Amino acid sequence: MAELTRGGVGGFLARQGILVAFAVFMVGFALANQRFIAVDNISGVIRSSAILGVMALGVTFVVIGGNLDLSVGSMMSFSTIVVLDLHDKLGPALAIPAMFALTLALGAFIGFLVGYLKLNSLIVTLGMLSAIHGLTLTWSGGKNMDIADKEGTWFAIFGQGEVIGIPVPILIFALLAVVLSLILGKTPFGRKIYAVGGNGQAATFSGIPRARVVFLTYVMSAFCVATAGLLQASRSLGSQNTVGQGMELEVLAAVILGGASLLGGSGTIFKTVIGVLILGFIQNGLLLVGLEFYVQYVVTWVIIILAVWLDIAAKRGRLLSPIA
Amino acid sequence: MTKETILKQGGIWAFIVVELIFFSVAGEYLSVSDKAFMDFDNMLLLLKQSAPIGIIALGMTIIMINGNIDLSVGATFALSAVVLLDSMTWPFMAAMGDWSIPLAWGFALLTGVILGAVNGLLVWKTGVDAFIVTLGSMLGYRGLVFMYNGEQPTSHLNWTLVDFAEAQFLGLHTATWFLLVAAFVLWFLMTRTVHGRNAYAIGNNREAAVNAGIRVGPHIMWNFVLIGFLASLSAVVFYSESGSVNPNDGMLYELWAITAVVLGGTKLTGGYGSIISTLGGVIAIQLLRKGLGHIGADTETVNLVIGLILIAVLFLDRQLNRKGKEELKI
Amino acid sequence: MTDPIPVLRLEDIVKTFPGVRALDGVSLSVLPGEVHALMGENGAGKSTLMKVLGGILQPNEGQIFIEEEPTVMTSPMHAKAKGVVFIHQELSLADELSVAENIFLGELPLKSMGRVDWKKLYADTDAILKTLNVGFDARTRVGDLSIANQQMVEIARALTVDPRAVIFDEPTASLTDAEKVVLFDVISELQAKCVGIIYISHRMEEIFKMTDRISVLRDGQYRGTLITADTNEDEVTQLMIGRSLDLSRSASEHELGDVALEVRDLSCGDLFRNVSFSVRRGEVLGFYGLVGAGRTEIAETIFGLRAPTGGKILLNREEVRITSPIDAIRHGISLVPEDRKAQGLVLGMNCRDNMTLPQVDDLTAGPFVSDGAEVAIFDQYRDKLDIRTPGWRQTVGNLSGGNQQKIVIGKWLSMRPEVLIVDEPTRGIDVGSKSEIHNLIRALAAQGYAVIVISSEMPEVLHVSDRIVAMFSGEVVREFTAEEVTEDSLIQAISGIRGDKVA
Repeated sequence: MAELTRGGVGGFLARQGILVAFAVFMVGFALANQRFIAVDNISGVIRSSAILGVMALGVTFVVIGGNLDLSVGSMMSFSTIVVLDLHDKLGPALAIPAMFALTLALGAFIGFLVGYLKLNSLIVTLGMLSAIHGLTLTWSGGKNMDIADKEGTWFAIFGQGEVIGIPVPILIFALLAVVLSLILGKTPFGRKIYAVGGNGQAATFSGIPRARVVFLTYVMSAFCVATAGLLQASRSLGSQNTVGQGMELEVLAAVILGGASLLGGSGTIFKTVIGVLILGFIQNGLLLVGLEFYVQYVVTWVIIILAVWLDIAAKRGRLLSPIA
Repeated sequence: MTKETILKQGGIWAFIVVELIFFSVAGEYLSVSDKAFMDFDNMLLLLKQSAPIGIIALGMTIIMINGNIDLSVGATFALSAVVLLDSMTWPFMAAMGDWSIPLAWGFALLTGVILGAVNGLLVWKTGVDAFIVTLGSMLGYRGLVFMYNGEQPTSHLNWTLVDFAEAQFLGLHTATWFLLVAAFVLWFLMTRTVHGRNAYAIGNNREAAVNAGIRVGPHIMWNFVLIGFLASLSAVVFYSESGSVNPNDGMLYELWAITAVVLGGTKLTGGYGSIISTLGGVIAIQLLRKGLGHIGADTETVNLVIGLILIAVLFLDRQLNRKGKEELKI
Repeated sequence: MTDPIPVLRLEDIVKTFPGVRALDGVSLSVLPGEVHALMGENGAGKSTLMKVLGGILQPNEGQIFIEEEPTVMTSPMHAKAKGVVFIHQELSLADELSVAENIFLGELPLKSMGRVDWKKLYADTDAILKTLNVGFDARTRVGDLSIANQQMVEIARALTVDPRAVIFDEPTASLTDAEKVVLFDVISELQAKCVGIIYISHRMEEIFKMTDRISVLRDGQYRGTLITADTNEDEVTQLMIGRSLDLSRSASEHELGDVALEVRDLSCGDLFRNVSFSVRRGEVLGFYGLVGAGRTEIAETIFGLRAPTGGKILLNREEVRITSPIDAIRHGISLVPEDRKAQGLVLGMNCRDNMTLPQVDDLTAGPFVSDGAEVAIFDQYRDKLDIRTPGWRQTVGNLSGGNQQKIVIGKWLSMRPEVLIVDEPTRGIDVGSKSEIHNLIRALAAQGYAVIVISSEMPEVLHVSDRIVAMFSGEVVREFTAEEVTEDSLIQAISGIRGDKVA
């Protein structure tokens, strides 16, 4: 019924608000500074958004499944440090799979706690944020990690290379987005994630193994984090222990901006990508018009609140909350 | 008091005792220093160091009892600190000499109150979940910190202020006094006043509270004002002494505060929790930091241990509340 | 005392929701000192009427009078201030707070500095509790009380004002007999104080014992008021149901097949004990009992949602171990759950995805879900069950209750189960769809399904079942065949008055 009554321009705005906002932004910045829509600028934005974007793809799975993941930032630091450290010890060919295995193990641990033990995901991932940070510091001994021979390694290809003129990070982000979008939107597993997040009890009553589905969303998330760590490490070939600090909330901001509900059961990979790009282009646009990078924080704040507010206002049919 | 409440409210204090014994004994064998762990000065210092996060955690307790959460406290803390230190350099303030101190405190506290009120108003009027509102303002307020003074640290040392902050009264440091007084006032608020009891009622059964005519919206807003005030009070306490604030200061404070509150046994779903237990949670965390340092563990290990303890507490809580085999498996 | 002024009078109340006329000109008056029963089937409009009276909903038409003064109710608080208080079936208490705090929630007595005046609070509370003669005091934490005592707290809350009218909504649903006596005493005392009482209940026995007059709602319409002393259960039932012909018993005419499901001495902790029964192909087995008698829990145990503490489940005469719904589904057992919105459907999903949810793993082409296969299943069952929806893309939350229920039934039929358990098949469904669903259940049995129907509505159980299992307090009391069952014997069985126990 709601869908039917929400026709016309207003309904379109309510449903596709985030795309409209995105378009308005792009046009506004383009008018303010022509460089904004130059190909190399756009490519640069996507490239610098790729790490955040890859993480956001994974978190989208977790959020649609009805949970939160606040540990991705600190897990990304872990992956970065581990792969850099192992690079010199084992060589890149072994370091990468080893790092993926360790990161996936962390994701599996979280998935076990939230999925099978049914512990509150906010607190579990909050605890893991701290625990993994400790793990990273222990691994690195608190020191920065650098690759010894920065010139002579093929490892840099993931973060710095280009294939047919397209930067590799963009390719990886795009490829992952397409694959994950297919998994979420087209496979039985994806359908189950929506069911579990939309109504976990009904999913159980329909014979869906809720615990396993939740578990797997965290493993997916960890896989994305490991990929992000790889990109980060490869881009800079050296890193601090805190490289991912604070990213968990930026990632969540992108996912929410894309319109996924924190209650679970809604959102798509495509919308998350839009959310990521909006954050990236805002940052870039503000820089281009001569504002400092931190102005984007304030702008992002306003956009997130407005986006979520308008979304629920459209659903309840009035702007202000009815609570007295 | 039933056995269950003793178990729940005494848990954190028992944990503190275990920590004390463990670190004292382990310290005999492992300690890198000759000093005993339970050294009196050491304990006093511990209380003082607990104060900044502690004061914020007290406020977070009320927010969480109310059934909400506040992720923006770290940024509020930083912005208040910037206002505190910067305001003392304003020409008319500088001209006032030491009389500028109370005024600077006032400005800083006002900053916290305003930021809290903005959060509260948004939660009340938009109906957007507090998690999202404060996630947004965490970014936004941090942006304001940067906009204030760029990426430069803001510094101003006022020796009168430093003296005050380093003073000890009845053996306790100024910061400790702030923590204890704040804890007492908030304990009084939550256990003795109508506002406090309503906070529990709203977190426990919001619909019942609404039906009983409690004005939930303004109530929630006042609690956000309160936590804003406490975040800036924490900044006042800390930066009076240090005199210099980096724009990234206070990051992750929200997470530490939430950790302390959860360790203290406050329910995430709201309606249950206590100020005193949060104080216990704060002390337990600080004890763990110091203790691990005392027995020569890397400081890095602290994060690992605290994170795992947080999860363990959650697990224990769930096991205690299980209904047994007959439970519906959903 | 000729023609006393009614304490409360409703006149021609109309309340419409999009597409539904929930209340259609309802009138009702309650005299001082009267206990006035309000009866009607689930979905007849009782709760909507109470929400209008409590100011939670505003009527589209009509007027509320309190002592003949026109009044617009704006909120439950406002109603309370006007002397109209509610004792809800679903308790509305903060269980971490004390009894006193709950009773005076929202109006705690104040001292200086915003402090609670505990002394006055406890004194006032104890004074009220004393009149109720309960065994707990003002300082007790509400979460530590039994359900019955929590209900007493609700009642105490009503007494903080001088009430003119008190509405009891299914007050005895979770009370033991001894607790009921206390409740009835409280009602009598209120009566003596000339308070008007609206008493909502399904239990005829209580209605005839406690009330002075009975008003009946059906399909949102006022069907009349009877004087309790001058009427009987049949007359009331007639008013409530309207078409007794529709619900005549209808035992199967087709041949019954082999035993599909058998349960032997199944127990689950305190929830139910030593339950045995069997159901054959082509048969409808009804489960009847009060809320809390353990019927739903049995279904949940058979479906693998609860771990049994004893007993066996046999399918086609072979013992099976079922530890999860996945096991149950694999063995051909399906459950249409009691709470459609919480357990049956993912409301935000579309019709098709909800219907194919349990078998989505099997509807694939390569690694992906096959759109064609899904739509084919949806179309098949939409036609078969006559589901009215604009299309499969429609969000399930936007459908009517009856169509939602058909989606759930379709979901399980498409799995081709051997045993179909339907818990409260028509809860919250309009009358038209009700009989459709009843016919559907009969038709399924005729096609050879073994069907178990759990219901709280006696006419429903009598109408659809070939045999009926009566439960009381976690135990099977008696099993009836369609031929031998009578309403009286069924009521006696489920109220704990034992007849001959049939194994």
